[in-house]
Amino acid sequence: MAQMTMIQAITHALDLELARDERVLVFGEDVGKNGGVFRATEGLQQKYGPNRVFDTPLAESGIIGLANGLAIQGFRPVPEIQFFGFVFEAFDQIAGQLARTRYRTGGRYTAPVTIRSPFGGGVHTPEMHADSLEGLFVQTPGIKVVIPSTPYDAKGLLLSAIRDPDPVIFLEHMKLYRSFRQEVPEDDYTIPLGVANVVREGKHATVIAYGAMVHVALKAAEQWSKEKGLEAEVIDLRTVNPIDIETIVASIKKTNRAVVVQEAQRSAGAAAEIVAQINENAIYHLEAPVLRATPPDTVYPFGMIEDEWLPTPEYVLKTLDRVMSL
Amino acid sequence: MLAEHDRAERLMAIAKAEGLYEEIHLLKEDGTLAGSVDDISPEVMVAMYRHMVFARAFDRKAIALQRQGRIGTYAPFEGQEAAQVASAMALAPEDFVFPSYRDHAATMVLGQSPANVLLYWSGRVEGIRSPEGRHILPPSVPIATHVLHAVGAAWASRHRKEAAVSIAYFGDGATSEGDFHEALNFAGVFHLPVIFFCQNNGYAISVPFSRQSASRTIAQRAIAYDIVGVRVDGNDAFAVYRAVKEARARALHGLGPTLIEAVTFRMGAHTTADDPTRYRDQKAVVEAWQKRDPIARLRLYLESQRLWSDADEAKLQEEVRARVEAAVDEALSIAPPDMEMMFDHVYAEAPWHLAAEREEYRRSREGVSV
Repeated sequence: MAQMTMIQAITHALDLELARDERVLVFGEDVGKNGGVFRATEGLQQKYGPNRVFDTPLAESGIIGLANGLAIQGFRPVPEIQFFGFVFEAFDQIAGQLARTRYRTGGRYTAPVTIRSPFGGGVHTPEMHADSLEGLFVQTPGIKVVIPSTPYDAKGLLLSAIRDPDPVIFLEHMKLYRSFRQEVPEDDYTIPLGVANVVREGKHATVIAYGAMVHVALKAAEQWSKEKGLEAEVIDLRTVNPIDIETIVASIKKTNRAVVVQEAQRSAGAAAEIVAQINENAIYHLEAPVLRATPPDTVYPFGMIEDEWLPTPEYVLKTLDRVMSL
Repeated sequence: MLAEHDRAERLMAIAKAEGLYEEIHLLKEDGTLAGSVDDISPEVMVAMYRHMVFARAFDRKAIALQRQGRIGTYAPFEGQEAAQVASAMALAPEDFVFPSYRDHAATMVLGQSPANVLLYWSGRVEGIRSPEGRHILPPSVPIATHVLHAVGAAWASRHRKEAAVSIAYFGDGATSEGDFHEALNFAGVFHLPVIFFCQNNGYAISVPFSRQSASRTIAQRAIAYDIVGVRVDGNDAFAVYRAVKEARARALHGLGPTLIEAVTFRMGAHTTADDPTRYRDQKAVVEAWQKRDPIARLRLYLESQRLWSDADEAKLQEEVRARVEAAVDEALSIAPPDMEMMFDHVYAEAPWHLAAEREEYRRSREGVSV
């Protein structure tokens, strides 16, 4: 066992998988010699050589197209999009091509590609770096979307993602990269995709979150308990496509109230999908409408406004109070 | 990786190549030769001709079927038979082929069944699935996206030290797309065994090449990426065949990618939904290009070499008619799809929500209230 930050856990998982499976290739912008702009791939090129860990030209569509071609030949590419805000450049390659490879070829060719990408607010990056765009891929059949919130989960989920027979988008929240350490076993373990984690038990309301918002939700829950004596159950979704509705419903049956916390803008994203699924699967267990604690439907703001825009524990707390009063 | 002296040699070849701006010709419009064709066997020449005649008959039949409402929208390739057939014949079974949606003459040479092509244009996904023993990927519908896939597949072949190349088929319009440039750039940087085969057929739907780019030719784009570029007469089966053979040999010898521009012409509409008289003097251009017809000149040459006779022609026409009819019968008599197949192959294993949706569909189809 070792204490690791999330970025160390990710490097460690890539290292394990490069060693275990020679079909795994790691590539992208600055991932080779430089070890990635966040050092997620540090030391991997020295260890596995420039044929397995390599720098590509600066072209996101090219990187994912390359991955698709490698995947149909049986490789397990793990390309990096340097910041997820740049994913629009590769949108057709992901949603139009990668996600449909299995379907269009009747399973003869598949695309077991894991796209790693940093995203997320609160670290005052320049424009187009921090956007939460996972919702776009919740509406993309053929793709899975994974967002870990802890170092332990990051390793287990990344190993599952690389071994998954289908394309996975693996989103790494920048604020969580080095914000805390956790015990991470050095041996091989996986966490199944599509299975949520109840990270705090409670009986008065359910808070559903993922990525950095899990920690915001936990802070709000502690505060709620201290101030009001009310206990929120917090669910870390871990995978936003597919969404683990079973865990959510089981919790709502107990709490009868729910708040979804999401770092992405409010409309038509993962949170909206979660609310729709709760509506279909648990409406008779609800005492109040499900509320969303999200930023407004504006363009992701510039750095000076960012902290005001992002959901805070205080905002989640207010939303919890509201859901109790309805 | 490529040795430096090989690279220098290659650069010299590029600098010397006349083929970047002028078309390379081997078989002239009157059926005589512009150069030696000793490297192309008579059997290959006759096979080319047979494939091209079949392709044209198939293409015309497909248009007729669309007009009769028996298949859906179809993208015809008449005029481009030499470019497609000869390029495909220069490939090997282990090669990875990434066609566009107009390249059925090529894919049929490689073993795609004509009935499957009709099925694709009837709205059946089975129609784009690769024949066994070949690697033909589904046509990419957004333009140029598949050019990058060929680069990835080529990386894989080289990584495993396999004697295989990848080839991407695309048109002149595709050369305006970012993915085309990214693909040439990646392939150039990594010296990958890939052939970029562009059929410059003059028009991207209604937009002529002069509006597509200020480049005089497509082949000249190779200079910018420091890869080999070749411009050939795309209606000259021998020139196309040799260009692809040579590109393949270079790729297998570690000399990297080749951009081939095959200059040809789309005699008909972009698709059966398109009306070319809206954007060009259709009668005049067709008359002009008929003089450069790829099939007529090959027949003249074969006849001059006593490789082909009127009797052979009559027999071939009969065979072609029967083969086209058999394909039509097969495609049109196939049972309608099991609608539930829409749920197949989305993921290796359907996630819970998709499994539930499938069950919901099944129950609604059986008339059970959901």
